[in-house]
Amino acid sequence: MVKVENLVKRYGQNYALNDVSFEIGEGEIVGLLGPNGAGKSTTMNILTGYLSSTSGKAYIDGIDILEHPIEAKSIIGFLPEQPPLYQDMTVEEYLNFVYELKGCTFDREAHLNEIINVVKIADVRKRLIKNLSKGYKQRVGIAQALVGDPKLIVFDEPTVGLDPKQILEIRNLIRTLSKNHTVILSTHILAEVQAVCERVIIINHGKIIADEKTSELTRAIEEGYQYEVKICGPQRDVVSALEKIRGVKSVTATGERDSDAYGYVVESDKGIDVRKPVFNLCASKSWAILGMAPVGTDLETIFIRLVDRSNGQVPERKAQRRSAH
Amino acid sequence: MLSIYKREMRSYFTGVIGYVFLVLFLALGGGIFCLTTLFAMSAEVSNFFTYMLIFSAVILPLLTMKSFSDERKAKTEQLLLTAPVSITGMVLGKFLAALTMFAGALFVNSLYFLILYRYAEVKTAHLIGNFVALLLVGMTFIAIGVFVSSLTENQLTAAVGTMAIILLFLGIGIINSLLPASFWLRYVFDCVSIFTRFQTFVNGYFDLSSLLYYLSVTVVFVYLTIRVYDRRRYN
Repeated sequence: MVKVENLVKRYGQNYALNDVSFEIGEGEIVGLLGPNGAGKSTTMNILTGYLSSTSGKAYIDGIDILEHPIEAKSIIGFLPEQPPLYQDMTVEEYLNFVYELKGCTFDREAHLNEIINVVKIADVRKRLIKNLSKGYKQRVGIAQALVGDPKLIVFDEPTVGLDPKQILEIRNLIRTLSKNHTVILSTHILAEVQAVCERVIIINHGKIIADEKTSELTRAIEEGYQYEVKICGPQRDVVSALEKIRGVKSVTATGERDSDAYGYVVESDKGIDVRKPVFNLCASKSWAILGMAPVGTDLETIFIRLVDRSNGQVPERKAQRRSAH
Repeated sequence: MLSIYKREMRSYFTGVIGYVFLVLFLALGGGIFCLTTLFAMSAEVSNFFTYMLIFSAVILPLLTMKSFSDERKAKTEQLLLTAPVSITGMVLGKFLAALTMFAGALFVNSLYFLILYRYAEVKTAHLIGNFVALLLVGMTFIAIGVFVSSLTENQLTAAVGTMAIILLFLGIGIINSLLPASFWLRYVFDCVSIFTRFQTFVNGYFDLSSLLYYLSVTVVFVYLTIRVYDRRRYN
């Protein structure tokens, strides 16, 4: 559906994109992840024909976006970072305009009604866009991208500036859309990719630093399991007791204190879950456990590691650990 | 193109610009008509059109100042540029919308002359010639205005910039009258002066080279606007 070959975008001496290549199959839902200024928007703007690349090629459904822009654009729906809304139009007028602009030939009434219902903007359809709330504006922006039933939908940071409830709604909407469309979305929020995307392409400084299935990426980085545990009890005893549990590789005190509990990081061998033994141990000694959480398996940590790796830095330890020995 | 044209026409009337333009143009037209014909007891039509030319230079930038600058500021151009529409279609849609407004207003203005037919003998061919000439000049001004508005995000900058370029084109005629008669530059200035060329129509000639001149200047500025957008993609 989408094929990008050695894309380079240069602004003067600065590379916004540096040799980016990837392919996206039909029906995939892919997240473009990266910190601000990494090149996500530039990639999307090139894919949708808003910008031209300095070199390299982008194909949409086999059509070169530079050589046949009109054909390629007719199968893309695009929601830019800032929804392109005409403030002086009502929602209905605006969608009608987009319908005409894209030269659609469906049953207009039915098509627009369907979109209005999917993105849930029926109650504001007669209102001026400038009077809508941010959440509604975003949805009208999404509606605009859906007009013409494009095969490929590109969303640039679709949930920025929305409240948590709206974010969930938009994510659900995107998941629904992905059933019939190929979707690319960009974000700098890791949870979003985890929640919505099957595949993630991580970009930093204009380069792809990872391109994997979301689930595989999480698994690949896991090297042994680490849990951060907070236990109320004498530090020295706790450490030596924990170390005796079968499967535990190392125990380090983090030095964090939560009322009368101390924090420890317990690392186990791959494939062994030590949470139950830890609980049983503490229960038998009547040490209260105030918390137990996995460390370093969330995308957040993975992402920081990947970014550091691509920057050529040694991964920084998340928390300073002090040996209890 | 048609969808952009329709939206543009609509936006003239959902905002104030369309009304301001029409009120100014029609009111000034009415006033000038009274002064140059009724009060002057004259059936001579060209004075009216000459004055209207000068005022158009100031009023027409109102129509075009928003064309692209507003789209750029509100980021709506991203919709147009990623839609399956050619850049040429987009520019022409906006250009034609402004031209429609101007032509409509000018047509209504010219209806004043129907009154004149009752009281005097009007040279119809002369009237039509002048009308077409002003329409052509207006078309040139609009092309310039659309071009300037594609260069900036600011409506005011677009309006003032357009006026400056138009007045330069008009002012060349004045500079010319100060130059010695046989100076070669004078010949060049005569060719590019919008005003000098307009004079041939006022004097009752339908000059084909002038027609070609206005058309070419229009095409050049419309083309430049298209190039601005084409080039922006590479920046």
